[in-house]
Amino acid sequence: MSNPLKTSLLTLDARTKKRNAAETRFRAYGIAAIGAGLAMLILLLVTIFGKGLGAFQQTFVTLNVPLLEEKLDKNGTRDLEKIKKVSTFGYAPLLKKAMEETLTEYGIETNLKSKKQAALLSKSAAAQLRNYVLANTDMIGETVEFTFLANARVDGYLKDRVTRESIANDKSINAAQLDMVDALLAAEVIEKRFNLSFITGADASDQRPEAAGMGVSMLGSFFMMLVVLALALPIGVAASIYLEEFAPKNWITDIIEVNISNLAAVPSIVFGILGLAVFINSVHLPQSAPLVGGLVLTLMTLPTIIISTRASLKSVPPSIRDAALGVGASKMQSVFHHVLPLAAPGIFTGTIIGLAQALGETAPLLLIGMIGFIASNAPDSVASGFLDPNSAMPAQIYEWAKRADPAFYERAWGGIIILLVFLITMNTIAVILRRRFERRW
Amino acid sequence: MSVAKITFSALTLSTAATVAIARDQVQIAGSSTVLPYASIVAEAFGENFDYPTPVVESGGSSAGLKRFCEGVGKNTIDIANASRQIKPSELEVCQANGVTDIIELRIGYDGIVFASEKGGNEFAYTAADWFLALSDQILIEGKLVDNPNQSWSSVNADLQDQPLKAFIPGTKHGTREVFEDKVILAGCEATGALDALKDANGGDEKAAEKACITLRTDGVSVDIDGDYTETLARIESNKNGIGIFGLAFYENNTDKLQVATMEGVIPTVESISSGEYPVSRPLYMYLKQAHLEVIPGLKDFAEFFVLDEIAGEDGPLAEYGLVADPELETTQEIVANGQTIADAN
Repeated sequence: MSNPLKTSLLTLDARTKKRNAAETRFRAYGIAAIGAGLAMLILLLVTIFGKGLGAFQQTFVTLNVPLLEEKLDKNGTRDLEKIKKVSTFGYAPLLKKAMEETLTEYGIETNLKSKKQAALLSKSAAAQLRNYVLANTDMIGETVEFTFLANARVDGYLKDRVTRESIANDKSINAAQLDMVDALLAAEVIEKRFNLSFITGADASDQRPEAAGMGVSMLGSFFMMLVVLALALPIGVAASIYLEEFAPKNWITDIIEVNISNLAAVPSIVFGILGLAVFINSVHLPQSAPLVGGLVLTLMTLPTIIISTRASLKSVPPSIRDAALGVGASKMQSVFHHVLPLAAPGIFTGTIIGLAQALGETAPLLLIGMIGFIASNAPDSVASGFLDPNSAMPAQIYEWAKRADPAFYERAWGGIIILLVFLITMNTIAVILRRRFERRW
Repeated sequence: MSVAKITFSALTLSTAATVAIARDQVQIAGSSTVLPYASIVAEAFGENFDYPTPVVESGGSSAGLKRFCEGVGKNTIDIANASRQIKPSELEVCQANGVTDIIELRIGYDGIVFASEKGGNEFAYTAADWFLALSDQILIEGKLVDNPNQSWSSVNADLQDQPLKAFIPGTKHGTREVFEDKVILAGCEATGALDALKDANGGDEKAAEKACITLRTDGVSVDIDGDYTETLARIESNKNGIGIFGLAFYENNTDKLQVATMEGVIPTVESISSGEYPVSRPLYMYLKQAHLEVIPGLKDFAEFFVLDEIAGEDGPLAEYGLVADPELETTQEIVANGQTIADAN
């Protein structure tokens, strides 16, 4: 005892000191583990948001476009069928003219040819113009103000992804065009702002990353989740009620139990191969359809739902069942009137977590044709939502990540943000359900 | 529970009814090299016609042709994209499954380029360099030996002293075949190894060629089964890596990649269409004639695809990196007449 002020009579022997030190070390390990986990999470979130937030902003160009009668409707008949004959290529001259006039209006001088000037616009501009004219044939001959998307390279320039150094060998854009962008930016013809169509729009081809959106693939995911919910919930709950409440305990039910647990651990790609062989090749369901995707994901989600439902049925105390049976309820009445309502919060929590898992699943979708340039048409009815080819959110992200243009890469990260928002929302609902309604005995 | 019951039975019914429902859009699958071109055309087609936008899936030339040959009917794809010509063995499978009338369309050419990370050493290759770098057995002082080369400078004294590392497309890619054919095999012949191998195999040319294109397995050559994006990622993490890309992919990533010359020629759309750049291949689209009248929009789509405005020199495909076919007119005639492979012979 070197310190005379210490009053305690307890002296720690070497062994106790060692044990205490071991405990302190263990706590430090624990804190370090949590710290490492948190650091990973922060790194993940910072990367995702840092790379993906740009996708929610897009560069737009506002132009006054003269809808020349001699280009769009030579005879002046305003016959829709005749006007439809003018393809999007026929609209390119109008865009060139509109760009030229805007440059003159703001006194911007450039040596670029009009084709190069109009190349600042997205390739989707002509289609946007054509759709407008087909819907408003009476506007032919007038000058109308349009807001077009800017080309992905211009957008990249405003987002610092494209720099004057990086375009040295680029065929799609040159320094003179960037000078023009700077001038138009000063004149406020070009501006960068929030882009709703990234959330609501359809996929776009490799030449126009600026026009691509998640909307259609979100619908694809939505219809798949409907199928999963409609099939996995009733089947899963029915199976678990029977196994838990009615089935005799013998070796057959033991085998079933073991197999359900095993099924939950089967890699999801296996379900994809199964789906291809059974639903598409044998039953002849349409390829790339959310219905098939939903069926495959149902198989994948079922074990999760069965396991969580059985757990929540087990957690209802037997006294509840005994009391119901004691006052004369049948076995079925006791289950449906008393046990099931008490187990419901746990069942829904399990279902939501199963759905969230299915929502983020990509592997089985690879095999049933949901990867590629698929999510290009928004479904026009409920039936087509189930049956027409569509993609899903994670499949769309995968598809974007492997395309050549770097602008798609940014959109892939943006897509991850949207997917994360969905997953976090679903998990939050699950947590709230459990907190508010679950009873503990 | 009753709600669940109704939903369940409704779903079962809709599942049963599905088989009878007509398909109203064109379905395409196949080569990932052709995928961007096919989706550009599909998008423009959807904009300009009243048909829905065709659906384009990827997966590789072989996978696409396999699905194409599964049979005729609404449940099979209408078009297979391929970065190589259909093989006789695949045609046989097609025939056996009732896909008898196939229309072959050559839509243009694609260049294969060798690129490395921007800012690194610059390379000027010949086919022989690649053979000496990657082949399993090479000829040294008249004798066939296991490839001892570990650096580009030992392959060819004119090249930089940089360790050998190549990321090449996996065997399911059509690009791999072109690489083997036009680079490795050409190099094999140029270095005289082909003749030596022929002697070693008792004059069997097929076996000698096969031995030529057998690549070393000591980790110098890495097969990439994914897309070019994966190759790019590998190069970014390994500064010594040289990757094989399609011309269009390179042109979209000039800020990260620098291209090497082959036989002294820089790959561009012009040098490929003139035939000066040696490593290029035709791209194909295969169509089922039986579907032409059945699937709405299929014929219009095929005609639209080969229009001068689309697949020609100034079209959007050329802008993306496709080398336009100088004989596009012939292809247009084939579409107009619905001429099958069998007709052409």
